[in-house]
Amino acid sequence: MTTATADATALRARQDKGRKTAQNREKWAQGRTYISAVVVLIWCLAPAYWMVVTAFREVGFTYDTSILPTHVTMDNFITAFDTSFGNRFGQALLNSVFIGGVVTVVSLVIGVFAAYALARLNFRFKYLVLGFILGASMFPGVALITPLFQLFTNIGWMGTYQALIIPNISFVLPLTVYTMTSFFREMPWELEESARVDGCTQGQAFRKVIMPLAAPAIFTTAILAFISSWNEFLIASQLSSDATQPVTVAIANFAGAQPNQIPYTAIMAAGTIVTIPLVILVLVFQRKIVAGLTAGAVK
Amino acid sequence: MATELGPTPVKSPASGAAPVHHAPKGVGEDNRIASQGRWASWLLAPTIVALGIVIVYPIISAIVMSFQKDAGLDPATGLFTAGGSAGIQNYVNWLAQQCSAPAGGTVACPPGTLGGQFWSATATTFFFTIVTVTLETVLGFWMAVIMARTFRGRSLVRAAVLVPWAIPTAVTAKLWFFIFAFEGIANKLFNTTILWTGSEWPAKWAVIIADVWKTTPFMALLILAGLQMIPAEVYEAAKVDGASAWQRFRLITLPLVKPALMVAILFRTLDALRMFDLPYILTGGANNTTTLSILVINQIRQGFNSAAALSTITFIIIFLVAFIFVRFLGANVVEQSGATGKGKK
Repeated sequence: MTTATADATALRARQDKGRKTAQNREKWAQGRTYISAVVVLIWCLAPAYWMVVTAFREVGFTYDTSILPTHVTMDNFITAFDTSFGNRFGQALLNSVFIGGVVTVVSLVIGVFAAYALARLNFRFKYLVLGFILGASMFPGVALITPLFQLFTNIGWMGTYQALIIPNISFVLPLTVYTMTSFFREMPWELEESARVDGCTQGQAFRKVIMPLAAPAIFTTAILAFISSWNEFLIASQLSSDATQPVTVAIANFAGAQPNQIPYTAIMAAGTIVTIPLVILVLVFQRKIVAGLTAGAVK
Repeated sequence: MATELGPTPVKSPASGAAPVHHAPKGVGEDNRIASQGRWASWLLAPTIVALGIVIVYPIISAIVMSFQKDAGLDPATGLFTAGGSAGIQNYVNWLAQQCSAPAGGTVACPPGTLGGQFWSATATTFFFTIVTVTLETVLGFWMAVIMARTFRGRSLVRAAVLVPWAIPTAVTAKLWFFIFAFEGIANKLFNTTILWTGSEWPAKWAVIIADVWKTTPFMALLILAGLQMIPAEVYEAAKVDGASAWQRFRLITLPLVKPALMVAILFRTLDALRMFDLPYILTGGANNTTTLSILVINQIRQGFNSAAALSTITFIIIFLVAFIFVRFLGANVVEQSGATGKGKK
């Protein structure tokens, strides 16, 4: 009787001890996760934060090292839009919006049909087409630039908007098609069947039932398409003129009052202006965007 | 019954393995496939035509151009020549790093000229690719594993990794140019006085660090998506069977995440091989940071046809790497993104 009680107590003590070590281990693991998470946060955000902080610093304190904002000023944002040193940042912003907008709309309008076919229909050479489109999205821009440079020079298109829009379609359209294809696969297509049972043609079912349902997917794809056009630099750096250059080129070529003095604070201000709308857009639609980004790889 | 649907083993609808469409099987199946095929060709036509114009046409004309001589002053006679067929001379010139000599014929390109940079640019491109993709894979995996855990503030971390991804590469390059400035924060933080963009190795590392910062999040998100496909029960079962954390990682996580990982590595590798913006803006290609893409761009204004030959060589290199990945390393992009994946959920 007493031995049994003693055994039971010992057992309980051992169990308690085991539970405690398990708890400790869990706490330790949780602690490590938090430390790692903080490291990731700092690694990802610190450089971006540094850009924003510098954008708000007076030129004389460009190299200030204090982490918090010091010598705060809005002057850099005014300098960024100043055209007296040959910078056309304001114009470039409009150009980027225009080029990105046209590229996005054209790619979506063309791509939505292809995506529907690839996601929904069964046909010969489907995988060949899919492979071709995926290959196209990974295509090196330099392989296109040389013939386009010559072609556009010959037909007098150098520095025009169409000379910037057409090459952008070469990588935005494939991206659009395969992002939308994987979104379309996830949709409740039974509804299309029911619409057809109710007497819709396939085209009507697509317009009246599927299009409204597909709107979020199309919107997300539009954001991704716009971002990739907005970020394009290689083609624009070669084919644009001062009047049509997008923001990426304007920032890369940003000049200061003196040729040997780099206007860092103004460049950081320009960078902040270019980045903030994207970051807000991306954070608001975070879930959808991550789904769209990873769509091609895992689904 | 349609048995041959494509070059790859596409599931035939009769097998019923993939819920690609929900048509009743049996009579009328042939008609349905045929009508779907017609539909598909109409729907795909605009995309195929558009890609034909913006990709296939430029490739073909680049290949045609690459076999032409560049118009210019003939070094032998001093007279203007109109060009004409060059055979494979443009390719030979790049690969052997030869330039046309004033006395006619070709000589080894003098140092500093574009023609003499082919192999160093190739080496730089591959060096950047191997180092950045390796670092991005390791760091990306680490980030993905952290983001896959449950803890408070996880959504904050997932949002934060999107920030470097969303910043345009041109802005990233300028930002790191400022960070790596002589009086910049990098030197202050580590108490160094390195001229980051002024000599070979610091310049190379500046490019690598900036690239890793910018693109690791993309890698992490792709790997995270792969990790989330692994059911939790598998880990529970392994835990019950007494598998250590390392064993669980090596025997469950790695093999199950491998398909997604291979695709992520393939995407990043092809992207790194065409690296342009970052070194072009950050270092201007100086101090041996000229990649193949930068070399092509520098060559364009000195001769289209020679540039076309170089861009074709670059294209072939990238194509070969992609082929090796898909063929030998099992990065099955099409199947991963194809209809087959649905069953994996």
